[in-house]
Amino acid sequence: MSIPYLTLITFLPAAGAILMALWPRLSGRAIKISSLLLTLVPLVLSLVVFAGFDRSSSMAGVIQFEENLPWISLLNANYHLGVDGLSLPFLVLTTLLGVLAVLISWKVDLRIKEFFVWLLILQTSITGVFVSLDLLLFFIFWELELIPMYFLISIWGAGRKEYSALKYVLYTLFGGAFILAGILILFFATGSLDIASLASTDLNNFLRPAMMVLTFFMFFIGFAIKLPAFPFHTWLPDAHTDAPTAASVILAGTLLKMGGYAMLRLNVAMFPDVCRDWAPLILTIAVINVIYGAAITLKQTDIKRLIAYSSVSHMGFVLLGIFTLGEISMNGAVLQMFSHGIITGLLFAITGVVMHNTHERDINKLGGLAKQMPRTAIIFILAGLGAMAVPATSGFIAEVSVFLGSFQSSVVPGGQVFTMLCLLGLVLAAAYILWTVQRVFLGPGLEKFQMVKDADKTEIVFSLVFLVVMFGVGLYPQIIVDVIQTGVAPLAAVFGG
Amino acid sequence: MDLFMPEIIILITAILVIITDLFLTKSKRYLAYLSLLGLAAAAVATALNWNNPPEMAFGGMLALDSYSSFFRILFICLSGLVIMASTDYVTKFKRFQGEYYALVLFALLGMIMMASTANLITMYLSLELTGLSFYVLVGFLKDQNSTESALKYLLLGGVASAMLVFGLVIIYGFSGETNLGGIVNYIQTLPSGTDITTHAGLLLGIILTITGLGFKVAAVPFQFWVPDVYQGSPTPITLYLSIASKAAGFALFLRLFYTVFTDPLALSQEWALIIAILAAVGMTLGNVLAIPQKNIKRMLGYSSIAHAGYILVALAAVGNAPELADGRISLLFYLVAFAVSDLAAFISIIAISRSTGSDEISSYEGLAKTNPVYASALTLALLSLTGFPPLAGFLAKYYIFSASVQADMLWLMIIAAVNTVISAVFYFNVIRVMWLRPARQDVRVLASWPLKLALGISGLAVLIFGIVPETLLNLIEKAAELIIH
Repeated sequence: MSIPYLTLITFLPAAGAILMALWPRLSGRAIKISSLLLTLVPLVLSLVVFAGFDRSSSMAGVIQFEENLPWISLLNANYHLGVDGLSLPFLVLTTLLGVLAVLISWKVDLRIKEFFVWLLILQTSITGVFVSLDLLLFFIFWELELIPMYFLISIWGAGRKEYSALKYVLYTLFGGAFILAGILILFFATGSLDIASLASTDLNNFLRPAMMVLTFFMFFIGFAIKLPAFPFHTWLPDAHTDAPTAASVILAGTLLKMGGYAMLRLNVAMFPDVCRDWAPLILTIAVINVIYGAAITLKQTDIKRLIAYSSVSHMGFVLLGIFTLGEISMNGAVLQMFSHGIITGLLFAITGVVMHNTHERDINKLGGLAKQMPRTAIIFILAGLGAMAVPATSGFIAEVSVFLGSFQSSVVPGGQVFTMLCLLGLVLAAAYILWTVQRVFLGPGLEKFQMVKDADKTEIVFSLVFLVVMFGVGLYPQIIVDVIQTGVAPLAAVFGG
Repeated sequence: MDLFMPEIIILITAILVIITDLFLTKSKRYLAYLSLLGLAAAAVATALNWNNPPEMAFGGMLALDSYSSFFRILFICLSGLVIMASTDYVTKFKRFQGEYYALVLFALLGMIMMASTANLITMYLSLELTGLSFYVLVGFLKDQNSTESALKYLLLGGVASAMLVFGLVIIYGFSGETNLGGIVNYIQTLPSGTDITTHAGLLLGIILTITGLGFKVAAVPFQFWVPDVYQGSPTPITLYLSIASKAAGFALFLRLFYTVFTDPLALSQEWALIIAILAAVGMTLGNVLAIPQKNIKRMLGYSSIAHAGYILVALAAVGNAPELADGRISLLFYLVAFAVSDLAAFISIIAISRSTGSDEISSYEGLAKTNPVYASALTLALLSLTGFPPLAGFLAKYYIFSASVQADMLWLMIIAAVNTVISAVFYFNVIRVMWLRPARQDVRVLASWPLKLALGISGLAVLIFGIVPETLLNLIEKAAELIIH
């Protein structure tokens, strides 16, 4: 009996959360420290998995650290967990952001116990999405995530928090309905809920062509809402803006990635033909996401909203990378998701510091903060460099792979045109990041911010972790690229691009 | 005779309760314990019969198969939980507790018979026994609301009964049989190629029967009594109506339609479409009308109309693809999952409302702060009713959706799934009020131990049936084999 790493990584936070919820008296400090432990242990375990993962190319597409137990035999559902090159980066990202989210929330002082209970349950549900290899299990985690997120936004958020939280729930539930329909169609066509075996089945033998397209889009719509792709993106700025800092970090860092990950895992892996046929349509959406998202970002005056819209634009790159269907481009898409998780996570985290210390998030009312908060300013600028994809950051490697890969890929006719259009997003990104830095941190210091404090020790610590990962991957991408490679190669092999 | 041991035990218990009531002057609480004891004995007697081979009794009047055993156990458990939940509520009518518990037991007797009837006559008798008990129970509070509800229920129930009996008579008139098996034989002698639309008598009979039964299960468009009756009844009776009486209606529905009207002549495809349309309209109407409700019992009333719609989805799947067991299994599983979720919701409400003195949703403000346990239980129940994983309600919906997709009714599944989104609006409204609003008054919810126990059982069931449903599903699979002619 080997150690069930994935089960432990997935369920430790929630199990701890339930214990914490039932424990009659706990001081705020005890809650925070146990939450830290409950996320730290999964992080360590996931690093063990990461280190023990066999990266040799002969293992391409092979599921490792597998756990498979019968669960509901009447529905043919199994408790099936495992990681391959596709999911492992997200597992590491999720567990890492889990720890950081706890650190970011160190200053929470409203309904402390509830907050950390929901945060830990959220952690379990996101982890579960990335390690589930059974469609029913996958869907359960996918939907479960809504409940903690609803409470996190609606209780500890700001602004129109209840509206945003409910909007988020309804949008995602709506998407979930489509995913569920897709799952059921697949199940009745093949009799299987097993993601790995479905990916290696030729569904053409089971579904008529029209049904294939229908099922593909059922999944795609559900995932596109999560990603989010135009025109399903409108929940994102609201949820992002009104969520508490830790929830924003998790939203941007890992929740959006569920969409992109699932597209690769289900849409691309199971419906390669439909992917190829419909790629132009989806690439058009990608272009809209990139350009429209960036253009709207430029107009924002609320600093959190600005970062939220920049995510819409950056997720367009992910769509581009996935649906040009080349090996390098898909690698780039996964890397872009990982890197965006780190960079935007950091941007939200450090914006949280700015907001907490200045009580202001309107860019027009901020200014010259570099004088009072030099450390915060430096961190923000470094993260901004990542978002602009400056060389040596993970953003650079990711976006270069996406663009080179998409341009080279000959699978989708006209791929080059879409790529060129998306390049515009890079220029716009530089514009909105630099402009924001200038308006918030540079220029003469303002009288009202004379007494504002700089980032404290905890905040420096978590920022450093983010930065180390960002530059680490930027300077030595191989550490993660060869893992991604083993996951993407079998997908791309089908297209020959 | 030992085949009917459970029924006999329940009948004796009911009589004992009435007699004991005469001698008890003070601690009427023992009446509840006595009823529970009787129910426990009846449950044991049923369990002993569980593995008996299926057989017919009284010349084919009643069918004793695993299907009826399953419903016996289900109804006994539900009645037990309702009685446990009543112990706090009955203080509102101190003098009539004996009658109350006895009527609950009589209703139970009727419902058990509904699940095992195999004859049009016993079908009608058992329905009326249940109905009559409920007419009285609904009016038990004797205030204006309660009386009005009872009158409404009685009048409309009477009309529905008339419709049903009319339908049954027509079916009898055409087939010359009252036994379900006999009717099946008659239908099979019809020349092949006849379809139901050319057989107007049978069609009329089926439609009238759907009308009558539709009323019992609160299916649209026969649902108009629900909000008022639910709001006016004593809360435990609202609960009893919404879980047990509805389940009994569906038990009968399924047995009649699955046994008799499926084969041959593609009969079932004809009524499956009617049912599917009722389901689609019911889900949507129930959910949309639940949104503006301010009274929580009324809201749950509308939501139960929607849930009847979901269950009809399963019934439509049975009709469209009678050869698949999944339709029947999903229907039974949904009944159980809905029952435990609704139980948990209503029991919390009974406890909370007794302390706040109000059923208005606004009086639940800030409850999470003052009474986290009851607020959590209610939240759990509402999430399960919405269909969130990993709770029973989710798996139930999943199973129903899966049955309808399998029966080639993807469109119905999509409507049902979109309805889940609509229902999130009003369920989350209650959750929002409890968790996000500051407490308006400092209430301490106090409850007796039977109520707490009932709440614990149903809450636990919501979790267990959602996470490890294997055992229950196996039982249901066996129960769904059912149905002998």
